[in-house]
Amino acid sequence: MATGEVTSTEYIQHHLTNLTYGRMPDGTWQFAHTTEEVASMGFWAIHVDSFAWSLGLGLLFLAVFGIAARKATSGVPGGFQCAIEMIIEMIEDIAKDIFTYKNDYVAPMAVTVFVWVFLMNLMDLVPVDWIPHLATLAGIHYMKIVPTTDVNVTMGMALTIFAMILIFSVWKKGLGGFLAELSFHPFPKFLAPINFLLEGVTLLTKPLSLGLRLFGNLYAGELIFVLICLLFSGGAVLVASGIFLQWAWAAFHVLIITLQAFIFSVLSVVYLAQAYDTGEDH
Amino acid sequence: MNINITIIWSSIAFLIFTWSCYYFIWPPIMAAIRTRQKTIADGIENAETAARDVEQAEQQASEIMRNARLEAQTLLDQARSQATALVEAAKTEGREEGERLKAAGVAEIEQESNRIRESLRGDVATLAVQGAERILESDIDSDKHRAMLEKLAAEL
Repeated sequence: MATGEVTSTEYIQHHLTNLTYGRMPDGTWQFAHTTEEVASMGFWAIHVDSFAWSLGLGLLFLAVFGIAARKATSGVPGGFQCAIEMIIEMIEDIAKDIFTYKNDYVAPMAVTVFVWVFLMNLMDLVPVDWIPHLATLAGIHYMKIVPTTDVNVTMGMALTIFAMILIFSVWKKGLGGFLAELSFHPFPKFLAPINFLLEGVTLLTKPLSLGLRLFGNLYAGELIFVLICLLFSGGAVLVASGIFLQWAWAAFHVLIITLQAFIFSVLSVVYLAQAYDTGEDH
Repeated sequence: MNINITIIWSSIAFLIFTWSCYYFIWPPIMAAIRTRQKTIADGIENAETAARDVEQAEQQASEIMRNARLEAQTLLDQARSQATALVEAAKTEGREEGERLKAAGVAEIEQESNRIRESLRGDVATLAVQGAERILESDIDSDKHRAMLEKLAAEL
């Protein structure tokens, strides 16, 4: 919380800064202690907090689903197995509807994306001060626990999807076919450069919008949680409204985090289906 | 919002997680789901077959019942007509027996009356001889007059 020594700006800034490990201008590798230091570390720095949390949540996903897979029985399933199967079947059904081609990898990927992104988003519902405060007590200066509020994580996933789009496109259509698809419409062939430009932008928009949509939604959500938290440093009325707003925004956020995870997952499948889609003319 | 090496590590983590899901989690869960779906589908099919069988069996049963009822009816009719025939036969036999008895009685009576008539005839002859004896006051030698007496008796 914003105590007397910390201004609101500093408080917000603190909450929006990742725990960054990188090379300082003076050549030493260490954790950044100020936002200026973070900015000075450049590309080779790593956001330890968001990466560690995303990794941990991913492993949690693998562990939980792995246990379900290990115990999976074709007889009468228990509640746990039912729950896992429901999630898997829900996403698998949708993925199979959208992605009608033969590829065994797409449905598991969609499930992984959905559950992993959901878990990462879920961290947004943990009150914003709990874990950062504990981390501060433990001597860690910065701690962002929602990996999807880190553009590196969302764009990392989106760019991986983009790479898959390119690979599948070239694999299914051939390099020439893929380039032809980009160049020969919407306008006639003699306007190929313009077509290529338009379609190229369309293509590049896919990963950008995919990654930035998730990032933007969660970043904004987190920011609003932080702003609501600022109210708790005010008077009784502000605290009361803060409590209400915290509850209301969290309740609303339950929808947002699920929806965003779902959208990310389904759009990934849609893009991959488009990459597979040959012989169409749109 | 700093883009840095985290983006690459995230990509790698993403690939590892999706691949792990694809390789370790997907096959056993999908196998379990597919097997269960098949079991359930088979169960439903079996239930449908069983229901069809039951329906068929019910049809057969009612068929058998109907046949049995018809057969019973036939038997009953047969029995009834047989009984009627028996009664008719008994009646006829009774009537015939009566006729026969009556005829026998009549014959017997006739015989008896003949016999009586014979004896009467004998008696008359004797009486006639006695009467004539008395009238004639003389003995009539029965041996001598047998022929005459017999002629007389035959005339009676």
